[in-house]
This record gives sequence, C-alpha cells and structure tokens, in this order.
Amino acid sequence: MKPVAQPTPDTQAWFDRIDQGSLTVPRCQDCDHRFLYPRMCCPACGSRAVELVQASGRGVVDSFVVNHRGPQGFAEDAPYVLALIRLEEGPRLMAHVQVEDLTSARVDLPVVVTFTERGDRRVVQFIPAEVA
Amino acid sequence: MGLRGAIAIVGAAESTDLGKLPDMSALQLHVDAALNALADAGLKPSDVDGVASAGELPNDVADYLGIVPEYLDATNVGGCSYMLHVRHAMAAITAGLCETVLITHGESGRSRVGMQPWAPAPQSMMGQFEVPYGPVGAPSLFPIGVRRYMDTYGMTEEQFAMVPVVQREWAARNPRAKLRDPITVEDVLSSPVIADPIHLAHCCLVTDGGGALVLTSAERAKDLCSSAPVYVLGAGESSESSVVSGLASLTSSRAIERGGRAALRQAEVAHDDVGHLMIYDAFAHVPLYGLEDLGFVGRGEAAAFVAERNTAPGGRLPLNTNGGGLSYTHTGMYGMFAIQESVRQVRGTAPAQVDGVDVSVVTGVGGMFMTSGSLVLGSASTV
Repeated sequence: MKPVAQPTPDTQAWFDRIDQGSLTVPRCQDCDHRFLYPRMCCPACGSRAVELVQASGRGVVDSFVVNHRGPQGFAEDAPYVLALIRLEEGPRLMAHVQVEDLTSARVDLPVVVTFTERGDRRVVQFIPAEVA
Repeated sequence: MGLRGAIAIVGAAESTDLGKLPDMSALQLHVDAALNALADAGLKPSDVDGVASAGELPNDVADYLGIVPEYLDATNVGGCSYMLHVRHAMAAITAGLCETVLITHGESGRSRVGMQPWAPAPQSMMGQFEVPYGPVGAPSLFPIGVRRYMDTYGMTEEQFAMVPVVQREWAARNPRAKLRDPITVEDVLSSPVIADPIHLAHCCLVTDGGGALVLTSAERAKDLCSSAPVYVLGAGESSESSVVSGLASLTSSRAIERGGRAALRQAEVAHDDVGHLMIYDAFAHVPLYGLEDLGFVGRGEAAAFVAERNTAPGGRLPLNTNGGGLSYTHTGMYGMFAIQESVRQVRGTAPAQVDGVDVSVVTGVGGMFMTSGSLVLGSASTV
C-alpha cells in the first residue's frame, strides 16, 4: 500500500480539500503571498491571517526525475515521473506526472491537476495539459 | 572580538578502519575516531571539557569516554552538522565557555549496527508532502533539480559524468579509498539508472566509519605537542526549506551560498587564495552547485570547469581530493570526512597531497540542500 499523508492540524484543511477533489493554495490576507506547504503563518511577513484559495490547477514541470526504482508500493510502477510542479499561483508541489511516453516528460511541460484514489483518500497528480 | 584564526584544530583522525565494519556499533565508531584524534593531539579524554556530536548524542559520547563536559553541542542538521559544531566551538572557546572541544562522527551506514532506521516522520512536512509520491529517498529527492539545471545551462550528460570520473582519479591516489579503479564517461552513463538523469555512478557509497576533531584556542594550540595546528579562519552556516519542493532555486543552493560566503568573508580570503576545496558530494551535482554558490565559477560554468579538468589532479583548483563520497567513503553524514581531508591537505599529510595548500575551503550540506555549513581552514602562515 502506498503511503498517504497523515495531516497535522495546520495542514488538515488543505488535505481535506484534496480529498474533496480540490487543489488550493494558502494565501496571506495581509501581503497576498501565496505559498506551500500550508502553515499557520505567512513565511513572507509572519501574519497569522492565512486562507486557502482555489488554485487554477494549471502549472508547469519545474524539474523532474524518472524513478527507475521505487520504494515499497511503488516498485511495480517504475519507471515513473517524480516531478516538482510550479503552480500558476507561484508555489511548487511534488507529484507524479502521468505520461504515456516517458520521453515526453520535459522541463516546462504544461500540466494540469488530477486526483488519484488511494484507499479512502485522494492524492494529487498531474497530466500533460495537451492530454487534458 | 575577532574570531578569525582564534581557534585551531589540534587533533584530527578517522576511525581505524572504514568500509564494512559489522563488529563496530555507531557509538563505537564515534569513540574509536575520538581516541585516534585525541592521540593525534597528544591529549587524553580527561583533557576535554566540551563535546559535540551528531548521530549519537554528545552526552552519550562523553559518558562512554569518561569525559565530564561543561559544553555540549548536539546540533544535528544532517551531514554538515560537523561544520556547524566547529563554528559553534569557535564562538564557545573564544568566549571562554570551554577550552578543548571534541567533535565526533560515527555511523554504521552500511552494517546498520546500533543505528536507528532512517525515515522521515510521517507527520513531518517531508512525510506529508513528498513521501506519498514514492521518492526512493535521497537518490531522487536530492538531484531532482538537475534536469532544470541542464535545461537552463546546457550541461550535457557527458559533462555531468565527468564529476565521478575526475573524483575517481583522486581516489586512485588514496589507498584508503573504497573505489580506486579508473572509470570513463561511458562507464558512468552505462551504470544502472536510479532516478534518470542519475546513474549509480553519480551516487555516493554507503559505508561504516567515523571521524573526530579536537579544537582549542590558537594560543593553547602553540603549547601542545601535536601536529601543526590548522587554524579556523572562517565559518558559516545557513538553512532553507524543509521540503525539496520549497527550495528557493532548483539550480543553486541558497544555504551553501549564504553559509559559504559568510565563511569566506570572515576568513578574509579571496577565491584565488584558496588552494584546495572540498564540497560534500552525496551526489555528483552537489559539487557543481557548490562551485557556483561559493563563487569559484560563474552560474552555469561548473560543469565545463570540471569537464575541462580544472578540479582534477594537476588542475588549478583541486576538489574532493580524497575521492569524495562518490569514491572514498560515505557513511551517511559525510561532512566529517570532508573536514578530515581539508585538515590533511593543510597539514601536508594527504595521500594525494596538493603542493603548498595554505588555505582550504570545506563545504557541507544537510538533507537535500536544506542546510549547509562551510569552513575556511588555514596553515600557520595565514594567521
């Protein structure tokens, strides 16, 4: 079984929205900074006034590796694309990019978010925008 | 109060053996290295009043050796922790908090004797935001920015492969190095793919071993019957994101840049004064990022700099002259071994000795670029 995140009180709301099929980004209500991971204060200004705003779900592959080996639960998926996605809102997120052909994985590839079921939870993943 | 050259390394040694040591626990490796370093300094455990360590707790190292410490530093920010221990000892000794600090490393990285299993806590940020994607640990998380670096600067697979090739040339000159047979670019590129573009030959070894340092004030160092003191001219440290996805840049390390440049500033040395360099090489891209972040070459120039043999034997900036984590040894928190090689080069006792090293810079990293510490070490002629 692949692991799922065990949220802490400061990340719970973000993961709850993922489980509902919605990708959000924390935003500072004082300085408008958008960031990840979710936390109780803004890392740009220290304000506690943080809210979750809906993300467009669009982004690009900032960088990636193609894992040819996987830890327990992932080995049968290898090779797979493990990427850092630069969201349209600015912050980065780690996720898999599902591609038909591994050679199509590239830096700056436009991608859109989808969600995959894992037990009774959901996990973020991305697919190439041209496929979506 | 000036800290430049205020303290000196008067004892430095590694564990008696390195490699596969199933008959030694991690704590024993700390102690074996500590006894060797104390012997090197001509001191006994009872002469030590400060202990710093990572992996094992300094109180446990002190107790095992019968030391009654009045200064403890349990800083553990990964593989560069020992650079931070030296920096903190620099402040503590100079401020009069203690006189003689023992810094120890020991890790049963290969045999796993007396070691806690490594895994990010499920509720850590890495546990929540990265582990659910099956990253295979450091071999995919650490080099995940390399594709972006290649895209930005045009580094080729062949240039990247030259990092392990050149370091193997250094290792061939070092009888204690684990891997000593020459390799070619083709060998690197035909080694198994772990996390494309990372092949097995881009990855560090996994070994058992230890290392220790003894530090005291420069003034007291003169009175000790030890090898030539190696002076700490400068030191710096920094950190950044808890997760790889949060790093400020994927093509450089803010922590190396901040910590390294602070160390160079404090040491009052120019890049041209540096005769020898160690940059923690858990994976082959780290020395490339480090060369740029420390300012030895411009952005995007490191791969060509290495491929053109500037860091190779006979080159103008000898780098990772023990063979590095890729070919010498890598227990897990390699920073101690990088410092040991810098000390040997400044003393003039390294197996692959570079001529006339008066200033050596040694840079460590912790986690996947999450932390960094740098030291500038100098011979007596620099103080």
